[in-house]
This record gives sequence, structure tokens and C-alpha cells, in this order.
Amino acid sequence: MTAGSPQVATQTARLRAAQRILSDNPAIALTFIFVALFVVTDIVNRAQSGKAFLTPTQVSTTFLYAAPLALLGAGQTLVMLTGGVDLSVATTATTAAFVTSGTAHDHGTGAALLLALGLGFGIGLVNGIGVAIFRVNPLIMTLGISSVTLGALTIYSQTRFVALVPNIVNTLGSSRFFKYVPYDLLVWAPIAALIILGLRHSGFGRMIFAVGDNPVACRLAGVRVWQVLLLVYALCGAFSAVAGILLVGFNDAADLGIAAPFLLPSVAAVVIGGTSILGGSGGYGGTILGALILTVLDSLLTILNAAPAVKQMLYGAIILALAWLYARTSSSD
Amino acid sequence: MNSAAVGVRPRGGLNAGRLVRRHGWTVGVYVLLLVLVLFWRTIPANWGSFDVQSLAIDALPLAFAAMAQSVVIISGGIDLSVGSLISLVNVLSAKYMVDMSFRNALLFGALLLAGSAAAGAFTGSLTVLSRVPDIVVTLAMLFVWAGVALEILQIPGGGAPPPYLQLGTGHWWSQWIPSGLVILLLGFAIFWLPLRWARPGLALYSVGSNRSAAYLSGVGVARTRILAYALGGLFAGLAGLALTATSGIGDPNAGQYYTLNSVAAAVLGGVALVGGVGGLIGPIAAAFVVTLVKTMLILKGVDQNWAQVIQGSLIIVVVMIGGLAIRRRGRT
Repeated sequence: MTAGSPQVATQTARLRAAQRILSDNPAIALTFIFVALFVVTDIVNRAQSGKAFLTPTQVSTTFLYAAPLALLGAGQTLVMLTGGVDLSVATTATTAAFVTSGTAHDHGTGAALLLALGLGFGIGLVNGIGVAIFRVNPLIMTLGISSVTLGALTIYSQTRFVALVPNIVNTLGSSRFFKYVPYDLLVWAPIAALIILGLRHSGFGRMIFAVGDNPVACRLAGVRVWQVLLLVYALCGAFSAVAGILLVGFNDAADLGIAAPFLLPSVAAVVIGGTSILGGSGGYGGTILGALILTVLDSLLTILNAAPAVKQMLYGAIILALAWLYARTSSSD
Repeated sequence: MNSAAVGVRPRGGLNAGRLVRRHGWTVGVYVLLLVLVLFWRTIPANWGSFDVQSLAIDALPLAFAAMAQSVVIISGGIDLSVGSLISLVNVLSAKYMVDMSFRNALLFGALLLAGSAAAGAFTGSLTVLSRVPDIVVTLAMLFVWAGVALEILQIPGGGAPPPYLQLGTGHWWSQWIPSGLVILLLGFAIFWLPLRWARPGLALYSVGSNRSAAYLSGVGVARTRILAYALGGLFAGLAGLALTATSGIGDPNAGQYYTLNSVAAAVLGGVALVGGVGGLIGPIAAAFVVTLVKTMLILKGVDQNWAQVIQGSLIIVVVMIGGLAIRRRGRT
């Protein structure tokens, strides 16, 4: 773990040890980046409008904004740990948003939320069937499901229904209690705890890592790989639906583009968080930090008046640069 | 399926089993296209050269996109940035060609083709240098090119000189020969055939089917993979130019449609996602099949959005069957 015996703890050895600790615990570096980015944004904001950014309100706002992204990242983390990727998270979230606002008036809030979650789980399950049983490339399967879902949603959005975002969803998505604590933390924190603990301590969690690391070895060892994949994709759909419910609460109305801007950031958050794109290593803790970093970055770019086009290019470049960096550090071991 | 071919294996001469194995899928796609065309003929009241013309207009960009995707998949990769590269070329050409003479527009088009081939080579070099999986690199490039396209043209607009539009929407010699179809065949004959039957084409297939074996046999793997992406970029550029010629405008979001559909057309056209298998003739027909399905649904009076849902579902079924085929091949 550490630099070995004290006699050989020269400058380079110490440096190497520090490097080792950082690459073993990306959370340290990520927390540092998060804080540094916050400070930079504060400086830029002070220079531009004379207002501070490093305030308790802004910290709380960052957590409020980050929750939907972090929840999309939750499902994405699980899927990427198995070596796949889910490009349907955004349309699944949009589906949940539409269903919540579209059925709450006629069938009540509880039924609407259950329906939204169920649909999310169902869409995820279809993805899982394609990937796990028919062995379709995850990317193509989820992209296809995403285009089908979007078409169906366009049809649904053209039918007549009474749009209503229930009050409780609205509060959950946009308000805070004790002045600084966003309500959506009440949803996000338990799910985050469940995923972090589940990945580390449950058999299913370990199986996710194992399947991502070496599916063939897993199959030969008697793991039913297809069942693991099926459940992972279904869970990803359900988490995306939760994110969609929070988003419709935040925006107070559903539209077809409500979650689309979160698709690439959800992948970026996972990659930034240190989960390997090839699967088998990583975790949800990093993704949370990745989502927070991206949210602050988004604020910074908004303060700097960056066009959506520039943001998009930047996200692409970040994913590429980090994937390259992680590929290099993992291959040198 | 091919148990007969396994039993007898004469050396040299015509081998029916091998012919079926190699070209059966492609022939199947053309038969499917033929059946669809025969059915399509019965739907409109007076089906004629106009319908053929409009099918060619709809299918031309997708056919080029499918070729772009197929080249990369054959080399063992996958290019998700095809769609947004198409958007970029489409937007660039429509923005600047609108005030140009026909001759300058053609020169500018050639410049854009060189540029998109260079863009493809750039993506290819990134995958080779970084050793990051193709999917991740091209996914990142998807967003980079889409961002650049959006920066160049925020809302659909622009145009092209009328003679240029004629290249995509007109007809040559006879009413039954859409000019787009001729250009498609020309693009295929100029950019693919000379390579396919020469050393680089062979290298492409060998790298796609077994990278280490190709390396050990002295094939320049890195060079070949970059070449595949450059060729993919070139075909994506052709698709973007074709999109400008057929639609008459530039749209920064127009390329989205081609990301998935190019993969679908490649798989339906007999290009296996594992690499090293298939050609470009099949995917061209598959692009027409994919387009024709949607055209027929809309002719039947199906709502545009429903047509998208049905088309998407069919594509998923196609790739699922493709997945099963890979599984079978893996077992035997």
C-alpha cells in the first residue's frame, strides 16, 4: 500500500506512493476538483457580477440541481460496471415525467408515481432482455429503445390529457427544508446509500463487478449472467424514472426535451467518477462526485455565457480525456 | 443450415455451399427489397417514376451513412459519430453553398469531403492512440461534432444552388433513373471497389476478423484502423452532401436519425458487429429496405410518429436476430 520501507522513501518513491493512493482512491482527487471548481466559479462570479458564489445557498442549490443527474448516473453506474452503457436513460426519465404529470389528475398521485416507476422498470427490462438474452450490443439496444420510446411519447404528448404536477412531487423536486436542505436529498440519499452498501456487501453487488470483469469466467463459475444483466438494466430504468419524477417536480411541467440534456452528462459523471468503461471496477461514490462536479461546471459555464454548443463539445472532450487518462493508469499497472 | 457445406469441401472450382454462406445474406436482402417493392407498387393509386424518385431521395443519405458505418464495423470498430459528422457537413455545405455558383459549390463539396475524411482519420487516430474502446471515443466525438454543427448553424437554414439540388432530386437519361442512385453507385465504384480488391481492403477484413493474427501476419493494424475511420468519414461526408442536395437545407439535428439507422442498415445488410464479415452492397440495399418500410407505413396512412415507433421496433428485432446469429456462430 505505502511506499515500502523508510530507507528507500526517496523523493520519487514518495511521489509514486502519492500517485498510487490517488489512483486507488479517486474520491480524494475528485473532492479536491469539486472544491477547486467551486472556488474558481466564486472568483469568476465575483469578477463578473460582484456577487459571491461560495455561499451555503449555492452549495445547497448545487445539491438540488445535481440530484436528477446523480440518479441518472446511478443506473448508468450499475450498467457500466457490467461493461455496458445505457443511452435510453434520458427518454426513460422523460417518460416518467410525462406519466407523472399526465395521470396524476385522473388516478391520484400514488398511482401516477407507481405507474411512472413501473414503466421505467419495464423499459429497463426490455433493454435487459435485448442485452442479456439476445446479446445485442448494449449501446445499439438502448439507442433503439430510446428512439421507440421517444416516438411513443410524441404520440402520447399529442393526445388530450390534463397535465398536473402533484404538489408533493413539486416540493420534492424544487424546495428545501431547514433553509438549506433540498427535499430531493430525501430520495437521493437513501438510494445512494443502498447502492454503495449493496455494491460492496451484497452478493448481487459483487456479481455485478464480477460480470463486468469477466463474463465468461462468471458463466463458467455458475453465475447466471443473464439474470444479473436483466436486473441491472431494469434497475437502471427504475432509477431513471425516479430522476424523471424529480425533474418534472423541478420544472413543474413535462416536455419532450426535459431530460435530454442529461444524457451525456450521465455518462460523463460515471466516467469522471472513475468507473471503468470496460466494466468491473468503480463505484457509485465517484459518480456522485462526478455529478456534483458537472453541476458546478454547468453553473460556471452559464456564468461565462457559454453556448449550449460549447457545453456539448466540452462534455465530449472531458469524457474522452478522462477515459484516456483512466485507460493509461489502468494499463500501466 | 450449412451442414451440407461442412460435409463436402472440394478444393477449387465453384463451391455452392461457400457461395451461399458468403453471399446468401446479401442475396436475401435484395430479395427482401424486391418483395417490398412489389408490395409497395400496389399501395399508391398510380405508382410511377415519381415514387421511385422520392424513395431515392429519402434513401440516398442513409445509404451513404450505412456505407460509412459498414466500413468501420468491418474493420472491427463502430462509429457512433457518423450521424453528427453528417450534420456537420450538411450544415457547413448549406450555410456556405447558398450564395455560390454551381462550380464553386462542387469544389466546396470536394473540400468538405476531404475535411470529413480527415475528421474520420482524427477519430480513428484517437481510438488507436488512446486505446479507449471505439464506442467511447466515437460517443465523445458524436457530441463534439454535434456541438460544432450547432455552433455553425443554430436553426435549420441555408441552401444550395439549383443545379446542385438537381444532383440529389433530379433524374438522368430516363425518368426512371434518379440521379441520386447514379451518384450512389459512382461513390461506391470510385471509393470502395478499388480498395476492396487491393491490399488495403484485404487488410481491413483481416484486422476486423482477428486483430492479433493480422498484426502477426505483418498487417499495419493501426494504419488500417485509421484508414477505415477515414473512409467512414468520407462516406459520412458524402451522406452530408447528399442530405443537403435532397433536403435543400442544413439542419444541425438532422444527423441524429443516422446514428442508429446506419448501424441497423449495416447489420441488416449482412455486416456482423464482431467485424471482418460483410460488404457494402448489402447495406446499400438494407438502407433502401429501412427507408421503404417507413415510406410504406406513411403511404398506408400511419401517423408519422407511429411509423417511427414501428420502424424502431423492427430495427431492434433485426439486431436481436443478428445477435442470435452471432451466438449460434459462437457455439458451432
